Amino acid sequence: MSTAIALAGLTKTFGDQPVLDRLDLDVATGSVLALLGPNGAGKTTTIGILSTLIAPDAGTATVCGFDVIRDADAVRGLISVTGQSSAVDGVLTGRENLRMMGRLGGLPRRVARARADELLERFSLDAAADKRVSTYSGGMRRKLDLAISLIGTPPVVFLDEPTTGLDTRSRQSLWDEIRTLTGAGTTVLLTTQYLEEADRLADRIAVLEHGAIAAEGTPAELKARVGSEVLALRGADDEPLLEVPTDGTLEGLRAALRAIPEDAVGTVALRSPSLDDVFLAVTGSPVTRELVDQKG
Amino acid sequence: MTTLTASASAGAIAPARRASRASVAGTFISRSLLHTLRTPDALIMAIALPTMLMLLFTFVFGGAIEPGGSYVNYVVPGIILLCAGFGAASTAVDVANDMTEGIIDRFRTMPIHAASVITGHVVASLVRNLVATAIVIAVAVLVGFRPTGSPLDWVAMFALVAAYILAITYLFAAIGLAASSPEAASGYGFFLMFLPYLSSAFVPVDTMPEWLQWVADNQPLTPIIETIRGLLLGTEIGSSGWLAIGWCGFILVVAVTLTRILFRAKAGRR
Repeated sequence: MSTAIALAGLTKTFGDQPVLDRLDLDVATGSVLALLGPNGAGKTTTIGILSTLIAPDAGTATVCGFDVIRDADAVRGLISVTGQSSAVDGVLTGRENLRMMGRLGGLPRRVARARADELLERFSLDAAADKRVSTYSGGMRRKLDLAISLIGTPPVVFLDEPTTGLDTRSRQSLWDEIRTLTGAGTTVLLTTQYLEEADRLADRIAVLEHGAIAAEGTPAELKARVGSEVLALRGADDEPLLEVPTDGTLEGLRAALRAIPEDAVGTVALRSPSLDDVFLAVTGSPVTRELVDQKG
Repeated sequence: MTTLTASASAGAIAPARRASRASVAGTFISRSLLHTLRTPDALIMAIALPTMLMLLFTFVFGGAIEPGGSYVNYVVPGIILLCAGFGAASTAVDVANDMTEGIIDRFRTMPIHAASVITGHVVASLVRNLVATAIVIAVAVLVGFRPTGSPLDWVAMFALVAAYILAITYLFAAIGLAASSPEAASGYGFFLMFLPYLSSAFVPVDTMPEWLQWVADNQPLTPIIETIRGLLLGTEIGSSGWLAIGWCGFILVVAVTLTRILFRAKAGRR
């Protein structure tokens, strides 16, 4: 398996605020890697360095073997990026935006037109295709932004929190589109605060905390670190009171039950650990969960 | 290019064919032209304001300045430059808009010459302002402007006006890059609008106080206006022609250099 994205010792400080601290990460060609982390963990900075927008202080970053600093132009020919801020032209229509970006990306006029129509339909934007983007809702802009990123057939795609603000249906169509891409050999690096998204899309998940990888593995491997089952205690209003990981054995369950205070009242359930649990287990920060909740 | 071999060896799908520099510039030019058509305020500003000023100077002040009634002939060359100034000013806002919105980051991550986005705005401004200039001249003829120039003089006049538009548009583009917001860009551009009033545009320089004469004689607009006047009305051009070309060239070189430096500073890696 060859490596499409390689980060080694990547370090970046903004002012006196360290953002990335000797980050190492490899992404195999044709795979999807989800970069999971709380706000401020360095996800967007990592994408910024890889997409040739930000210069690292130290370390190297390569895309398909090309250095993002020395061979920036070669890298730009291989990638497409959807950042968190909307990168669409409000004065033009959705269709014109797609055609323009297709032409800039080197597609012949006819191909750019066909591909624009195809993406408008796939992202359910065909009804608004000939309206100016300034009249679009936030979700529609987001969809257009993503469609623009997919108009070429880039070998490497970076998506910074791609489904934030999308409705379920659009999220589903984006996921389908990402799977189609990887089927064709495209490598995807996405950041997300949606744990379900990372679980469903990613071949591997890297948990980013304080600018370095806190844990990395397949979704299954990461889940295994938390235990095979979680004993969950919920209160009278169904609010979570306590969660205890167990190993799936009777002994483990007894131990878990003993961990629950004698005077506790509520209902109990055994469930498979979610990525949420993994996230908390490896970063160990309850603040993280609050941030995730606010965002979600 | 090693791009293709490297990506092939990495087993990924081939990247798209690169857009040629001409195709990129063409795409950005049609984008900016579409912007002009969709936001006609700039075009209306560029045509309506100078036209109204011309009517104001001809019919309200004109009688006092030159009782003979031929003031319109005197004032039109200045109005043409005023028109170009108004029309080019919106370039500062267009450029500042692009730089403050996320779209510039997308252009920067594409394998294109991202500064071409400025070229698009400049060319659109040139087209917009030449159209505006033609309309203003047509209205001037309706209210009594009687040019005497030959077809060749007209060609030379339009070439000089185009050079002036290009130079001042690039200057406004630089202002748009330097400004922190589109609002600031519109504000900074304002002082350039005063230059025509301190030239031979509305009254002959020798009617001004001596210190102001020095300013008016040595600023770029006076030789440009005198050259246009000479081409259209047959007045003496003298050294004004070369001075006009020199000034346009000088402003253009300075403004293009400034635009490049500012674009690199604004859109470079952070």
